[in-house]
Amino acid sequence: MKLRSLVAGAFALVSVVATAGAQSLNGAGATFPNPIYSKWFYEFSQQKGGLKINYQPIGSGGGIRQVSDGTVDFGATDGPMTDDQIRAAKVKTLHIPTVLGAVVPVYNLKGVSKDLNFSGDVLAAIYMGEIKTWNDPRIAKDNPGVSLPNDPIVPVYRSDGSGTTYIFTDYLSKVSGDWQGKVGKATSVKWPTGIGQKGNEGVAGMVRQTPSSIGYVELIYALQNKMQFGTVKNAAGKFIKASTEGVTAAGANVKNGPADYRVSITNAPGATTYPISSYTWLLIPVKSTDPNKGRILVEFLNWMLDHGEAEAQTLSYAALPAGVQTSVRQTIKQIQ
Amino acid sequence: MINTEPSRTRLPAVLATAKNSDGARDEPGEEIPQTISPIRTFLMGRSSGAGVDLLFYGVMVLCAVSIFVIVLAIIFVLFQNSALSRHQFGFTFFKGQDWDPVSGLFGAWPFIVGTLLSSLIALVIAVPLALGVAIFVTELCPKFLQGPISFLTELLAAIPSVVYGLWGIFVLVPLVRDHVGPFLLKYLGWTGLFGGLNIGVGLLTAGIILAIMILPVISSLTRDVMRAVPTSQREAVLALGATRWEMIRTGVLRNARIGIVGSIILGLGRALGETMAVTMLIGNRAEVPHSLFSPAHTLASVIANEFSEATGDLYLSSLIEIGLALFAVTIVVNAIARLLIWAVTRGAPARVA
Repeated sequence: MKLRSLVAGAFALVSVVATAGAQSLNGAGATFPNPIYSKWFYEFSQQKGGLKINYQPIGSGGGIRQVSDGTVDFGATDGPMTDDQIRAAKVKTLHIPTVLGAVVPVYNLKGVSKDLNFSGDVLAAIYMGEIKTWNDPRIAKDNPGVSLPNDPIVPVYRSDGSGTTYIFTDYLSKVSGDWQGKVGKATSVKWPTGIGQKGNEGVAGMVRQTPSSIGYVELIYALQNKMQFGTVKNAAGKFIKASTEGVTAAGANVKNGPADYRVSITNAPGATTYPISSYTWLLIPVKSTDPNKGRILVEFLNWMLDHGEAEAQTLSYAALPAGVQTSVRQTIKQIQ
Repeated sequence: MINTEPSRTRLPAVLATAKNSDGARDEPGEEIPQTISPIRTFLMGRSSGAGVDLLFYGVMVLCAVSIFVIVLAIIFVLFQNSALSRHQFGFTFFKGQDWDPVSGLFGAWPFIVGTLLSSLIALVIAVPLALGVAIFVTELCPKFLQGPISFLTELLAAIPSVVYGLWGIFVLVPLVRDHVGPFLLKYLGWTGLFGGLNIGVGLLTAGIILAIMILPVISSLTRDVMRAVPTSQREAVLALGATRWEMIRTGVLRNARIGIVGSIILGLGRALGETMAVTMLIGNRAEVPHSLFSPAHTLASVIANEFSEATGDLYLSSLIEIGLALFAVTIVVNAIARLLIWAVTRGAPARVA
């Protein structure tokens, strides 16, 4: 009698787990959009009642690998997949842009209260070790009227592989031929000079701690922690202080992007464009193993476009430009 | 302890006579059953123990074999998953100076150097300090201080490494940048070890934090080893006319030296593999450092830093080969340490001063 009830209980438990399994989605990938994804998935699953979406922020590289191998139902990445990765993937995915982010230069310079201006080639030269002191004429030229000290610059970079580094080095590669030739762009590169710290918080902490240092962090991190950051010169020659509007403008001003959304929008044209901006993408399998899951993903993406994008601003993410939203609506119709 | 057990089971007769001559404090009739040891009762009550013994033997062998299995499994996985990088670079991987994910060039040399140097600095600082603490606690310390000092050293071992890292960033880095660094440069600059830009993070700072982290391991093990030296040794050396320091040197340290070297090896093991605190303080620069102020990188921290975002098979495979390199470095360092023990203990038996 006892045994029988135990077995029955076990069966009941298994069936509960099984039904929960049908209603749960697993995703993994980029850390940068994790706060907004968590919020979106929570709100969406509240509406769907019983649905559970687990998102693990394990990093873009891991997200690409896992979704390509089919071990998760969707992935997320800060840098688009390379052609080789797409060719090698067992599960074919679509890049769906969700929000935009930006990278800003932060610095610690005693006695300078005004936001400093940086040209792209100056940032590249600082991180190449060519500009060694703050009073270098190339920095001074962009900052008339600011008295810059004769202190050695300590560049700080991300020691961990990150989308932030990818966006930053992608930008430097576009504005400096020297950088492109000698260093290049990747989630981590061989930095010609400087010291590395782990994570946005590591770089920000190091810059706060070290006099006359410079670093780069995500715009969201700088905004939420009320850090001072510099302006960056855009392709139109204007110094722009990063803001979510300026980042969305960067996306809007890249016309005729590729149909698969794998586009770099650093150094984009337009007078109000912030130049170190980028999309972040969800990687959605074209054909999910379980059609039910594909249907839920489509529902989610439509919900994201209808309601989610409007919430991005509250967490300091830049929303997709209107034109991109329209074309994403068309793209997600392919998902099965 | 073990030697006393059998004699205790033989005790009752002797005890009974002793009790009888003692007088009528207890009822004599109940004396004998009471004094049969519980172990004896257990041994008499069970059936043959041969089967259980065999089972026990088997389980213990299994435990011992599991160590081999675990180590071999780790080596196998590391070896297999690094195939791509091993084929691409061959042995040059270990002496390669470049770590450039963009152009797909990977070499482990800067990380090997960083790992060995940071651990060496840690040992240079921690060993004298730990020995000093252990000697003080076992030989010189007033009774009321022994408890607190032992407790605090063991407390150091319980602090998570990320806390050490944070403490390092907020306390140690400014200290090294503004005070320790300039001081060393002024008085020891002639050695050529100190030079270049001192920004507070780098090899020296990482070495100092590692020293603090391995200090409790070395000092508490050394303390236990020194305690195990029989008091008669100390008394004998003192009786021959030695001073206190001579007694500690010839009577205690000399007898405890194998254990002390063993504790240093354990500390070194922790220093080689430490990741979090080091990565927060070493500056994470894949370059062979040219001074103690230079930023460097270690094998463990490059894996922790770059593994999650490593894109590309060769990159991933190279990171796994870094793990293999860390394994190799640990084995080589341990082998050298064992040779050292052998060299130290060769000839004279440990007990003779």
